[in-house]
Amino acid sequence: MKHLIASLKIFLLLAILTGIVYPLFVTGIGQLVFNSQANGSIIKENGLVRGSSLIGQEFRQSKYFWSRPSATSPAPYNACASSGSNLGPTNPKLKESIEALRTKFQIDSSIKPSSELLTASGSGLDPHISPAGAHCQVERVAQNRGLAKELVEKIVLSHTQTRQLGILGEPVVNVLTLNLELDRIRADK
Amino acid sequence: MNGFDFAQLALYFVLLLTLGYFLGKYMAFVYQKEAGSGFLPLRLMENLTYKCAGLNPHVDMTWIEYSRSLMGFSLVSFIFLYALQRMQNILPLNPEHLQAVSPDSAFNTTVSFISNTNWQGYSGEATLSYLSQMLGLTVQNFVSAAVGMAVLVALIRGIIRHQSDGIGNFWSDLVRSIIHILMPLSVILSLLLISQGTIQNFSPYIEYKPLEVHNAQEVSQKLAMGPVASQVSIKQLGTNGGGFFNVNSCHPYENPSPISNLCELLAILLIPVGLCFTFGFMVNNLKEGLTMLIAMSSIFFVFLILALWAEFCQNPTLSLASNMEGKETRFGIVNSVLWSVCTTAASNGSVNCMHDSLTPLGGLAPMVLMQLGEVIYGGVGSGLYGMLVFALVTVFVAGLMVGRTPEYLGKKVEAFEMKMSSMILLVPPFVVLIGTALAVSCDAGRSSVFNSGVHGFSEILYAFSSAGNNNGSAFAGLNANTPFYNYALGTAMFIARYWLALPVLAIAGSLAKKKQIPVSSGTIPTTGILFTSFLVCIVLIVGSLTFIPALALGPIVEHLQMIYGAK
Repeated sequence: MKHLIASLKIFLLLAILTGIVYPLFVTGIGQLVFNSQANGSIIKENGLVRGSSLIGQEFRQSKYFWSRPSATSPAPYNACASSGSNLGPTNPKLKESIEALRTKFQIDSSIKPSSELLTASGSGLDPHISPAGAHCQVERVAQNRGLAKELVEKIVLSHTQTRQLGILGEPVVNVLTLNLELDRIRADK
Repeated sequence: MNGFDFAQLALYFVLLLTLGYFLGKYMAFVYQKEAGSGFLPLRLMENLTYKCAGLNPHVDMTWIEYSRSLMGFSLVSFIFLYALQRMQNILPLNPEHLQAVSPDSAFNTTVSFISNTNWQGYSGEATLSYLSQMLGLTVQNFVSAAVGMAVLVALIRGIIRHQSDGIGNFWSDLVRSIIHILMPLSVILSLLLISQGTIQNFSPYIEYKPLEVHNAQEVSQKLAMGPVASQVSIKQLGTNGGGFFNVNSCHPYENPSPISNLCELLAILLIPVGLCFTFGFMVNNLKEGLTMLIAMSSIFFVFLILALWAEFCQNPTLSLASNMEGKETRFGIVNSVLWSVCTTAASNGSVNCMHDSLTPLGGLAPMVLMQLGEVIYGGVGSGLYGMLVFALVTVFVAGLMVGRTPEYLGKKVEAFEMKMSSMILLVPPFVVLIGTALAVSCDAGRSSVFNSGVHGFSEILYAFSSAGNNNGSAFAGLNANTPFYNYALGTAMFIARYWLALPVLAIAGSLAKKKQIPVSSGTIPTTGILFTSFLVCIVLIVGSLTFIPALALGPIVEHLQMIYGAK
């Protein structure tokens, strides 16, 4: 009994320390120093929240660059229910879905789509595609928007993030910010 | 693999060893000093804790008292966390009005977090309120890690001390681990993560208008929020691994960039590696600690190379240039594989890619690393105490071979230690294999399988390997949030944690009582190439003999099916 009372007391103290003081302390500094990041890197346009630069969105129209497939339910890119497809490497369904997507991409363009465009991400919210994945969609988007291919290429390049510190990670293109900029160009015209 | 891939691997290991060395030195300082000493603000916090709890941290405990305190503390933790989840609907900090967690899921989650496993049958953003995440899970992330470190320190004291009844004070080991080690590191890591984009707030979920609105989505397009960074940092540092969100560190709000990925990856192995140095400093012979580190690392690299090779090969059934299913673009293959191997070598269990979608051999590597008993770096504390048990077995076997009395660091290894050690080595495989057998032989077990065929068997074997060794990662296709799996895996996690920690404390108590034997020409050296390779062999033989038949039915068959393109 003596042990249990001691346990209870020290547990409550540690719970206050690690479960209340510590997260509040971190929240305080985080909100103060890195306000935008701590609140979700939100993108606003004319006061309207259009999403987050870290969370991907689904694009189906030909005028947009398409994101990777997403396995979240009930709809793709549901930011309240992150999920991967969990399809195993020898599952026939994986092969079927890849082949179906490949066909969809090749109808619009003769260039082969890159691997990540045909496979679902782990989170189902991946905001990026690879530069190759963007490149193979340039022709379709340019045609649809009546823009010069070179101009679209240039915009893609400006939304390409290189490896961090020169070596970390992979070069990526942020699909949401890229599409937002394309929409802005049309609005300017 | 290209130059960038190799450079990232090299950078990771250089940083890990450098930081591990200095942290190890600091941790040795923390555990060797009296309770109530150390850096000023931390020292004040520590003393205040003892004072408020009315505890004397200087009392030396026998192993039985130490175990009793540990079990009492775990019992309180269990009741508190279970009650918190069952009542979250009527408690504050629940802006999304989430319901109370079901009894079986709450039981599973509670055992999972008090045992430092962090297996997650539930989906974080859809199940738990901010209060449950913070006051429930974050607290357990700290204390369950600190309990593991306390048991390790007690075992090391058992080795160092002679003719002594006590093995230290549980409360002071617990409190010092949290206040002097885990908390400062977590604060630093949290801020690094926030700077990269990991969120940390208490806002309700944010509604947004996507660029394209589709029919199915009109209902709700919201961004899940929460105090994420503070929990992610301790989940990584304490080898807990339980994510704030369903997909863990794949989620861009948990792991937004390659830099955050590197920081989290370092945090997974930092303390386990550091503790090897701590052990060396505490026994006053750094070589002993390095022996452990080298033995662990040599097994680690074998499986890392296997997994990298498997994932960089093309899957012949798919005609894709690279295996990106379940992986994030920003991390690419190399960071995903490195993570999957680190997280299962340590008993962390967080993921940054979906293990279910790894190639058969890419998935075999994490599975084997868990099945070896989580001693390849392993959990904070628990990994090294598991490895020290293997070292005892190794000197015992070596002693039998040359006909000498086995000794480890000046302590005779006798019948009692060997009985306890064999229990420690036998219990996890028993739990894993019996659990798997049970699940595949009943409908309740089979109906949760997502991928059909041999991969489905792998899903079940992986689940029990993970729970039975306190890892917590999953082949997440398996629907484990059913009463059968919640109770079966909960029981497995419970046995795997406490059935191991208590015999370890018994060994610590028994070693502490013994006389120190001076080194003689007859002593088998416990450093150097010969001993290290012998230790590696013992770990591999015990592990592989037990699990190869089961592995042959799962990932190995699937690999052959994949190569030959059979269905």
